[in-house]
Amino acid sequence: MADLNTIIHNIKLKNPVLTASGTFGYGIEFDDFFDVNLLGGFIVKGTTIHPRQGNPYPRMAETYSGMLNAVGLQNGGAHYFASDIYPKLIKYETNVLVNVSGSTVEEYIACAEIINELDRIAGIELNISCPNVKEGGMAFGTSCSSVAAVVSAVRKIYKKTMIVKLSPNVTDIAEIARAAEGAGADSLSLINTLLGMAINAETRKPVLSTITGGLSGPAVKPIALRMVWQVAQAVKIPIVGLGGIMNATDAIEFFLAGASAIQVGTANFIDPLATVKIIDGIDQYLNRHKISSINDLIGCLHM
Amino acid sequence: MRKSVQNMKVVANLRLNDDHYLLQLNAPDQLENIYPGQFANIQVDQSQSVFLRRPFSIHTIDYQKNTISILIKEIGEGTRTLSHTPIDSYLSVIFPLGNGFTLPASKENVLLVGGGCGVAPLLHLAQVLNRDLNDVNILLGGRSEIDLVELDQYAKYGKIYTTTEDGSYGEKGFVTDHSIFSIELDQFTRIYCCGPEPMMKAVATKAKTKSVFCEVSLENTMACGFGVCLCCVTETIQGHKCVCTDGPVFNINQLKWQI
Repeated sequence: MADLNTIIHNIKLKNPVLTASGTFGYGIEFDDFFDVNLLGGFIVKGTTIHPRQGNPYPRMAETYSGMLNAVGLQNGGAHYFASDIYPKLIKYETNVLVNVSGSTVEEYIACAEIINELDRIAGIELNISCPNVKEGGMAFGTSCSSVAAVVSAVRKIYKKTMIVKLSPNVTDIAEIARAAEGAGADSLSLINTLLGMAINAETRKPVLSTITGGLSGPAVKPIALRMVWQVAQAVKIPIVGLGGIMNATDAIEFFLAGASAIQVGTANFIDPLATVKIIDGIDQYLNRHKISSINDLIGCLHM
Repeated sequence: MRKSVQNMKVVANLRLNDDHYLLQLNAPDQLENIYPGQFANIQVDQSQSVFLRRPFSIHTIDYQKNTISILIKEIGEGTRTLSHTPIDSYLSVIFPLGNGFTLPASKENVLLVGGGCGVAPLLHLAQVLNRDLNDVNILLGGRSEIDLVELDQYAKYGKIYTTTEDGSYGEKGFVTDHSIFSIELDQFTRIYCCGPEPMMKAVATKAKTKSVFCEVSLENTMACGFGVCLCCVTETIQGHKCVCTDGPVFNINQLKWQI
């Protein structure tokens, strides 16, 4: 058994496999399938200060090797999370992080303040990259000044590990990454979904109620890998890589590109056991290549 | 029964008509109680355009043979691939998912209404209602005689009524045109319905007019089937609810249908 321990700022992970927000519910939904404590950690779905109904149906379109979603951050709000969900998460021994989103800087702050009070939450993932909300979300993540504004504002009040989740829908991801690092991010996760669109040729209508949505799945993996690699050259803080990871080989590629940990997203929908298979597969890869620790693989791309 | 991912062996694949197939799947683990109306999410062999699983109602269960069956109507590449799955091959199936129909606590006179491929969950439902000694009435509709599959199977569990749009079998018209709706609706204490949404809305309207308890089984596109993708929502009086975990069976009074 290889050493799979890795670290993201102050969060010790027993293995580098996390789950992507919005693809793993509150973890509880997976209890029937496997012991969620086997994961390095999981990131619960996007939480906002006020409850959100999300977008109207249809919210999903299957695409070539992927899918578009337009859920729109449906959630019960931060107070509901603290009172009704958090008590159910205390049973988990692994790291639980909360993805925090908002429409204004004030909403991000208010939401992060509530999560800050929850002892067993190891950190937050600041979502400045959701493409499916009319206000805020991705708008914060696409200019260096707005990234710096929201990240530094939340940094002032949030004491534990803050990962900032970046949008791929930008011209220069490295520039955005440096802005987040400069504003106090402890780590960066990337990529969120790519803005896309689906059309029904028969009805001549857009498939999604919101017309556009976020593309995920293996279709986006080459873009995600490229961006992780670019960001790894640009910043010193650890990177959490995600985007179309379906198996251990995909995960290994992200470590080589410079990610210290990875998130499994869309694969959870197709195979609820994808994460545990990926953990096993990473171990097998390291053994096969006689690499004693996952840390010896991170950023070790042969050029 | 707890939901799980199982590799199920295809033990029979029967073509029922032009585009309907019946797949019988053998479970490796002992089947436990599965409720009528629950569904299975099945992985199609990975191809470029079929990325996600496809959800199907559990059509019948045989606890002795440890099999479930699903009714497939070919509508696209995913269902076409699945319907042509050879015998003895394996499919990855997540089940049982969702909530079933609400069953009567004691003997009642019930009406099941199905149309098209929407009949899928009604055979298991009829079987269980019949086992519990209810008076089971089953109204099935189709465009033509060829659409009315497995009538002999339904007849084992209740009294059969039929409609076809072209009049080739049973009464002519839609299910809601059947005489049972104009003369006898009050005698039923429950109506269970599954089929195309316009049909379910028409049945729900009739049920509401007579204040008869009515549950419908909805179908929406979904990515996961177990409540994490939040893609399959429907509008209810309590806001967006997932068809997969809050349904697929809903009481019509819960839905925001204009009926």
